Amino acid sequence: MELIPPNTRIDFIGKKKYTIWISAVAILLSLGSIFLHGGLRYGVDFAGGILIQIRFSETADISEIRDALDAMGSKEANVQNFGGGNEFLIRIEKTSEDLEKMSKNIQAALQERFKGKALEIRRVEVVGPKVGKDLKQKALWAVGLSFAAILIYVAWRFRTVAYGLGGIVALFHDILITYGAISIFQLEYSLPLLAVILTIIGFSINDTIVIFDRVRENIKKMRKENLETIFNVSINETLGRTILTSGTVMMVVLILFFFGGPVIHDFTTAFIIGLISGTYSTVYIASPVVLFWERHVSGRRGRG
Amino acid sequence: MLRGLKWKFILYAAVVLFAILLLLPTLTTQLPSWYSKIIPSEKIHLGLDLQGGMHLILEVEAEKAIESYVERIRNDLRDDLKGNGIPFGKLEREKNNQIVLEVSGNREKLERLLSQRYAIMRELSSSPLEQGIWRVVLVLDSRQAEQVKKNAIDQALETIRNRIDQFGVSEPEITLQGTDRILIQLPGVRDPQRAINLIGRTALLEFKLVDEEGDLEAALKGDLPEGDIILYQRSVDPKTGGVRKIPYLLKEKTLMTGEYLKDARVAIDTQFNEPYVALEFDDVGGKLFEQITGANVKKRLAIILDDNVYSAPVIQERIPGGRAQITGRFDMKEAGDLAIVLRAGALPAPVKIIEERSVGPSLGQDSIRQGMISILISAALVVLFMIFYYRLSGIIADIALILNVVLVFAVLAIFRATLTLPGIAGLVLSVGMAVDANILVHERIKEELRWGKTTRAAIDQGYHRAFTTIIDSNITTVIAALFLYQFGTGPVRGFAVTLFWGIVANIFTAVFVTRWMFDYLTLKVGMKKLSI
Repeated sequence: MELIPPNTRIDFIGKKKYTIWISAVAILLSLGSIFLHGGLRYGVDFAGGILIQIRFSETADISEIRDALDAMGSKEANVQNFGGGNEFLIRIEKTSEDLEKMSKNIQAALQERFKGKALEIRRVEVVGPKVGKDLKQKALWAVGLSFAAILIYVAWRFRTVAYGLGGIVALFHDILITYGAISIFQLEYSLPLLAVILTIIGFSINDTIVIFDRVRENIKKMRKENLETIFNVSINETLGRTILTSGTVMMVVLILFFFGGPVIHDFTTAFIIGLISGTYSTVYIASPVVLFWERHVSGRRGRG
Repeated sequence: MLRGLKWKFILYAAVVLFAILLLLPTLTTQLPSWYSKIIPSEKIHLGLDLQGGMHLILEVEAEKAIESYVERIRNDLRDDLKGNGIPFGKLEREKNNQIVLEVSGNREKLERLLSQRYAIMRELSSSPLEQGIWRVVLVLDSRQAEQVKKNAIDQALETIRNRIDQFGVSEPEITLQGTDRILIQLPGVRDPQRAINLIGRTALLEFKLVDEEGDLEAALKGDLPEGDIILYQRSVDPKTGGVRKIPYLLKEKTLMTGEYLKDARVAIDTQFNEPYVALEFDDVGGKLFEQITGANVKKRLAIILDDNVYSAPVIQERIPGGRAQITGRFDMKEAGDLAIVLRAGALPAPVKIIEERSVGPSLGQDSIRQGMISILISAALVVLFMIFYYRLSGIIADIALILNVVLVFAVLAIFRATLTLPGIAGLVLSVGMAVDANILVHERIKEELRWGKTTRAAIDQGYHRAFTTIIDSNITTVIAALFLYQFGTGPVRGFAVTLFWGIVANIFTAVFVTRWMFDYLTLKVGMKKLSI
């Protein structure tokens, strides 16, 4: 079975003068949204605070929960329906007071107020501000250092720093777009979304290297052609694989998106955007960066 | 070539068989007893986000341990100064590691005392104040301070372990994280609040005398007699639920602590039918208690736990035998937990809960069920799609994918790894890359076939070419995983572990095992045309 007819020759690279604008607009939208919202909406994991998930045996009124919390003086509590009319999330972003005690009091107050309704406390998270900050910092370091390692390894394997740079710039592009999506959809940035970012990094660099690898092979075969043509040929030759792989993964993510339930809904939303960006960036970010570097910086006039 | 095929088969089959044997303990509990003697019977553990339970991170306030250490030295020093007849005025602790002392008289005597008995306190400065009076500042030696801190953390870890053991949680995990944090995982705990009360409590038991001469009223207004403190007794009215705080004026000096406790048990008061905690001291403690009670007959002795006065009975007579009791309005559960913490001993320094996550068992099950269903649906779709698109070769790829997952789980089992949600994300990424590796090989073989190569040559070339691609992309990801593991924390690490082993398994299955299957079909079965 053939998805892409052999000898397909779509001029992907030639469209880069248009796609650069797509990327520019997407990045501007991402940065703009993050800026306008005053940063990401950090969840309890990163910001510190209290999260309590409760479920009643029957449908309950959200305002009643708010009343109960107001009555005990937790005015800053944010109550939100969470799948179905009987399950709710209570969130308190606070970093100064004794969180542990506060969480205890809230639980006791809720138990007291809803005695008849078989209240079940399903999840409690209390995260001190220092923990969240530590996590953010450590994750940032880990990702930063892994980027440096990727850059070095790819540059070494491809004998020129251009390919390493191309891969890393594409990674930055994808992360930025994914964070943009997180901000635009106002998803809560918590641990599962950090896992999405890490996964997107994995897929994106994998996709980039597959095409770079074909370019490396074709450079040896097509000695007379310029690098732009070689990239185009390589992208076309691997197009079947790109569509199959990205398509399969996308299929899985879409299933999780529709049937995975509210817990992983945010997770899959961010993933879909990241996956699209990761596939796109191989062709329209990583490849042009290599072409630009080889032509203007290392001065090989587009020859590999 | 054919001989090589046979040996490869034996090798690959052995690896797969071993993996399955490693996985059995996770899948079933009904294994014969000899099984665990031959095969490591470690299991994969589900993280608390999947299983339900409680996760705590405590920070040991080790500075406080230094504070009480220096406080003890100050008390000893006061006794020694008196004993040696060295006149002194001020004798106070400053910051958490310094003692400020104002002495007069013979300096030599003081220097001798300090160098003989207080070598761990360095003299920071000494300056004349007025005639014959010197102000001396002593500071705890920094190496000693580190040691005190380290001991405090080790002891806290040990104490908490004891308490949890007695509380009765199956498979708890209590480990040191970094230098001063303790990570506690309690799977399946139903009452998180009770567990917190048990673990987080300092449980410092002290006996102090009530200052009978001092004026409590004046002290409450701020006129505290020298060497006294005020502590409260909390009493809850069982009818109204209101809390009353009764103040006590106490001598600051602690006569005895809970360190001499041998046992603590719940007993029932026959008169009021209320539970209380019966204490039993060891030999040293028993003698000390006898001495203290003998010297203070008709005075009141306050029993204090974590700065709360529990009772202050009048000592009627000298009490031999080393027994005492803590009364208060307990219910059975409270009294039982109190006995546990007293038996396990006090924490050497207070702990602060800086992170708590508890997931009810029903939520864990829900998230597993929902996650499992959608993962199974998508896995089934991927498997079917591979067969639909690649026919017989798709079946080969599917076998490789299934083996891949089996191998990863086997490795997770040997290392007793814990599977969490981020871990599943790492697994999904690695399976995605396994699908990609198979697609890369197949597409390459198809390409070679199109260029007119024979089936055999196309397989050889296809694998040869795809190999560098797969290695490059997989190694890049492995490098990233290693860095994430090395520099990341908890969840980031969980992701890195499954990703790393997923990729190792991927290189084995997608490159070597599938190759063997293709070789077997073409060389041994004699298939001429590839179904791809």
